[in-house]
Amino acid sequence: MSATTTASPQELAAHGDTGTALRFITCGSVDDGKSTLIGRLLVDSKTVLQDQLAGVQRGGETDLALLTDGLSAEREQGITIDVAYRYFSTAKRKFIIGDAPGHEQYTRNMVTAASAADAAVVLVDATKLAWAAEVEDGTVVKRELLPQTRRHSLLCHLLRVQSIVFAVNKLDAIDDAGLAFERISAALNAFAEAAGVQVAAIVPISALKGWNVATRHADWVGYEGPSLLELLEELPVTAQDEAVPFAFPVQWVEKFSASADTSQGRRVFWGRVASGHVEPGQRVTVLPSNQTATVAQVLSHTRQPKSVHAGHSAGIVLDREVDVSRGDWLLAPEAFEPVREITATVAWLDDEPLVAGRVYWALQGHRWVKAKVARIVDRVNITTLESEPATQLEANAIGDVVLALQQPLAVLPFTQSRALGSLVLVDTASHKTAAAVLVQPAAAKA
Amino acid sequence: MNARTETELLQPPMHSPARLSNTHLDALEEETVFILREVAAAFERPTLLFSGGKDSLVLLKCAEKAFGAGRIPYPLLMIDTGHNFPEVTDYRDQRAKELGAELIVRSVEDSMKRGTVRLAHPGESRNAHQSVTLLEAIEEFRFDALIGGARRDEEKARAKERIFSHRDSFGQWQPKDQRPELWTLFNTRLAPGEHFRVFPISNWTELDVWQYIEREHVGLPSIYYTHKREVVERRGLLVPVTGLTPARDGETVQVRDVRFRTVGDITTTCPVESLAADAGDVVLETLSVDVSERGATRMDDMTSEASMEKRKKDGYF
Repeated sequence: MSATTTASPQELAAHGDTGTALRFITCGSVDDGKSTLIGRLLVDSKTVLQDQLAGVQRGGETDLALLTDGLSAEREQGITIDVAYRYFSTAKRKFIIGDAPGHEQYTRNMVTAASAADAAVVLVDATKLAWAAEVEDGTVVKRELLPQTRRHSLLCHLLRVQSIVFAVNKLDAIDDAGLAFERISAALNAFAEAAGVQVAAIVPISALKGWNVATRHADWVGYEGPSLLELLEELPVTAQDEAVPFAFPVQWVEKFSASADTSQGRRVFWGRVASGHVEPGQRVTVLPSNQTATVAQVLSHTRQPKSVHAGHSAGIVLDREVDVSRGDWLLAPEAFEPVREITATVAWLDDEPLVAGRVYWALQGHRWVKAKVARIVDRVNITTLESEPATQLEANAIGDVVLALQQPLAVLPFTQSRALGSLVLVDTASHKTAAAVLVQPAAAKA
Repeated sequence: MNARTETELLQPPMHSPARLSNTHLDALEEETVFILREVAAAFERPTLLFSGGKDSLVLLKCAEKAFGAGRIPYPLLMIDTGHNFPEVTDYRDQRAKELGAELIVRSVEDSMKRGTVRLAHPGESRNAHQSVTLLEAIEEFRFDALIGGARRDEEKARAKERIFSHRDSFGQWQPKDQRPELWTLFNTRLAPGEHFRVFPISNWTELDVWQYIEREHVGLPSIYYTHKREVVERRGLLVPVTGLTPARDGETVQVRDVRFRTVGDITTTCPVESLAADAGDVVLETLSVDVSERGATRMDDMTSEASMEKRKKDGYF
């Protein structure tokens, strides 16, 4: 049986529930083997079906990368332009993979994939690194990682991707693979330490040959750990941010009709709980009207009464009529101090550079406000990780800016709350999504 | 765009359907409901593309849960090639009526009469020409968002598409220049004449769809389950023998036990051999298939490696 899973159908059907799916991305520099790795995972987990495999045969050879490079421009150029999402499961777990492009030009698509990921596998091509050189002028050669390896690791870290795994690839093509793996691991650890990146694991692999991808490749490069797939089966999904008070962005307002009952509000406020939880009896403050009310009823996403926790949709009925519309927030009273200015790290994604003084649309939750770039604080040098002065941020740059907001927003640092600490900027002329904005602690940069 | 809901619809139902513990389906359903509400709130004139096929019936089930039966805040739109399986169109009409939803049908034949669709030859499939009729309907009703039941696991061009997918004023998809889609902060800003295609079940697989159909008792047109049908074997596919798709010279017509895995225009959709009589049977079969949903069944996808991408760029679903 060539099936969608390594478990038998009866086994899987008996389980029904394969647990919580892990969303992970593969990223890293171009040609480091991301698409091949995904092809390998799909083939070795028997997800690829006969007709799909037949579609990627070229002159008797199977090109695994063609399984995910789904656009004709990608196949023409042999590169990945945009994220391909693929789905597979093992007996233990369901997976959603985002195959992110490696080219710097398409970093925006990598950020798209990373913003929804629980884990990232950063591919490192061992054959591209000068790991063999020992000394030069009496000093140890600094083993430089490729810029995109650094950029992608840093972006995953900034976006709080829960687990970052380095997969050192193409080691099968190196004679002294053991030494190469040892030295590249050391370089990765040194970089990660300098950048503050937590490394979940470093796994030596050959995506082409399947070594340490789905199954372990015994007695190789001195690595004793699990295969990449075994590791992924055990990684946690993104935990909700703890210890953040209740916050709820109003997505959609539903009116009741015909009801003469005025003992409570006559509208349901729908949205997804951003933090904390909500249950009847709770007091809430409305932003921006600043009115307060008590929660009379809470509905689940399927309209059943129940209390709802962060990350899930809820419908909230208040005890009285207050001024609430789409884009407003219901907040735990006195828990937040709305601000008119934020300092934030931005990953700039648009081809038009960010310039100080320009006004953009900013979206937080479901609220659109105008945001003016008051000033650019600095830009990160991807190679040295040092901050340097900047007057604009070009496409794919990462830097800190101060934004002046047209209306006050309740924000928290992104490191504390993903939902309250994230915004996007949209170009008011082209309507393109121009930046991922990660709010910093207010006093972090004076 | 706010729908109106009776207070009593907020009360718990008398009979909650039996719940399997099925966390991944709950998470998919929540994501879909969240997106369906976002469309209702963020757009002025949305519509839900409804073919009567299984994916659009799953979408409707989620819409029913999001808004309450009879309260779906957008009309349903069907682009009709005129070459449909009657079981499917009958079921489509019945379901729209049950939900009290407005159903708009626009047909490729009308586009042909207007001269906006020209067939290369009378026997040409009308499937790809649906794009023209669809874009005409968008213009007629000035729709700014079209909700579709496409899934990323179906096809590799679809695997690349955003959930909120921008279309320019010619209805074209720009696959090399898609807007970043960060977290669930959906950028729904449009210039006049542009619109969005929105795919709330992007992250569902064929198996998820069938597990959900089983769990939620989603009704489907009968041809999704085993039935006897006259077919001929052609290029590895079982081609249904109908008035529109007669057997060719030298082909032997056989009666086989079949079901449809996907349903579309008669001239492009083929059934697979199956004895699956209910959704549970189909779930088990889906776990052990070795040919993809579209590979087993769609003649239109086999024309060239990029045929779906080409159609999508032209404004296809």
